[in-house]
Amino acid sequence: MTNTTTNTKKKNISHLSIIWRRLSRSKTAIIGLFIVGLYVLTAIFGPYLAPHDPIAQDLSKTFLAPSAQHLMGCDEFGRDIFSRIIHGARVSLIIQFNSVVIALVIGIALGAMGGYFGGLVDEIIMRLMDVMLAFPGMLLALAIVAMLGPNLTNLIVAIGIYSVPQFARVTRGAVISVKKNEYVTAAKAIGESDFSIITRYVLPNALSPIIVQTTLRMATVLLTAAGLGFLGLGVQPPTPEWGTMLSGARMYLRTAPFVAFFPGLAIMLVVLGFNFFGDGLQDALNPRLKE
Amino acid sequence: MGRFIVRRLILAIPVLIGVSIIAFLILHLSPGDPAELLAGDEATQADIQMIREKFGLDQPLTTQYFRFIKGIATGELISMKYEVPVMEIVGKRLKNTLILSSVAIAISVIVGIMAGILSAVHRYSWIDYVATVVALLGVSMPVFWWGLLMILLFSVNLMWLPSGGMGGFRHMIMPAIALGTASAGIIARMTRSSMLDVLQQDYITTAVAKGLRQKLVVYRHALRNALIPTVTVIGLQFGYMLAGAVLTESVFSWPGIGRLIVDSIMGRDYPVVQTALLIIALIFVLANLVVDVLYALLDPRIRYND
Repeated sequence: MTNTTTNTKKKNISHLSIIWRRLSRSKTAIIGLFIVGLYVLTAIFGPYLAPHDPIAQDLSKTFLAPSAQHLMGCDEFGRDIFSRIIHGARVSLIIQFNSVVIALVIGIALGAMGGYFGGLVDEIIMRLMDVMLAFPGMLLALAIVAMLGPNLTNLIVAIGIYSVPQFARVTRGAVISVKKNEYVTAAKAIGESDFSIITRYVLPNALSPIIVQTTLRMATVLLTAAGLGFLGLGVQPPTPEWGTMLSGARMYLRTAPFVAFFPGLAIMLVVLGFNFFGDGLQDALNPRLKE
Repeated sequence: MGRFIVRRLILAIPVLIGVSIIAFLILHLSPGDPAELLAGDEATQADIQMIREKFGLDQPLTTQYFRFIKGIATGELISMKYEVPVMEIVGKRLKNTLILSSVAIAISVIVGIMAGILSAVHRYSWIDYVATVVALLGVSMPVFWWGLLMILLFSVNLMWLPSGGMGGFRHMIMPAIALGTASAGIIARMTRSSMLDVLQQDYITTAVAKGLRQKLVVYRHALRNALIPTVTVIGLQFGYMLAGAVLTESVFSWPGIGRLIVDSIMGRDYPVVQTALLIIALIFVLANLVVDVLYALLDPRIRYND
């Protein structure tokens, strides 16, 4: 028994090291990983290190240009933009993480059920997903936020729900291809329950496309949240969310362009990081690509 | 092929019914009474009740739903805010968005396909590297930020272009570029990868071995097949643009359907939001259908015989 566990562990480690070797060969993937890592660290520890209070107003510092004291300058209320960007990383990560978790849980459950059982169950689930996908882009999230009212929780729920079909489709596809394997037929033959077969045999082997989709979706989700914030339908001020910050700054484009510049730059860098990393993962996890 | 189209059209019907139910329910389940909002702060209970009766808001939800569908079909649905037929407002705004999206898609197709071909032909060269990074930047850039940066440069500093509104051709340049940038990036990446696939195939090797000029091989032999997946992406991008225009229209004060939706959500003008959502979804579903048909027409290997 112990021997088997050690073997499995060894196998997992060598599998991970193969993926890492493939991933590290791509320069862009490493840059992406670095940006994502820095972003996550900023979101976790940044607020303790931020030089100023992100919400405290000081009207004597209104539109102060970037300097050693205020690296990115001050906004229309004299708040330190650098500190707001740092705190904004936490807000963004909270939105991304929670909404993707919502989408993952519901999407994987629906996709796995559809793919595994097929037939009428599959038909009903996939038609429902088609209806959701018929609202292109961020339209569904926008409509849901409009229904629930704009605040952080509702934004997370809206973006989570609008991301469900993507995960359902990817999971369904992966499950359909995995369930043809003999070990699934064997598990059925020895009388394991459907739930146990799905969770123990099917899903673990269908993980790669789901991981890739999760990484790439983190980028889309951030852009959507920022977009809704920009429209005034996202996180409400004074909470420092990057899209909402940009929305406030557009009024002062002529007098203080730096107020709009930095939040946009932050969004772009983080989205780029997730895209780079997701692309690299896609290649690294693709079994068709030989060593 | 005819049977395939008919089958796809029939399959689209339940999706569209679902879409209409979602579009209808989304606003009806939202907090806040639209009658109160429309009546204003100084309205009496009687005024509010009158508005409710006028727009049928006191009816059961199912009755309201069928009234909504009938109103759209007959064109009699009335905007609660402007009190004119919804189709009139939505139609005008949709036209503006379609104009913007068409120019944007044209820009993204030209730039995207050119960049994709260059990348594939000069694989792993500096051209490929620059094109790939620029394409990814385009995909990652928030459209509203990109729009603001362009306004800052071309309107505020250089004073070459108007910063917003709808007018002549000059008004269209920046919003169309902003809206088309992400799609250009996606199209470039798609073209690059499918071009690379095609360039590795035997018939291309044969064409090169025959001594044909590289340009002829690339544009005559490879591009045709490489563009098939790109066509799919272009079709989908057009649908996304209709929705993505919400942000671009907001930055450039373009009077399109996206801004109409946002304004109407804020003002709780149910009929306008519902109709606009429904129409965008309808166009998107039809665009998907057109893409599937085109795919079959372009690639003789794909046949929809079922």
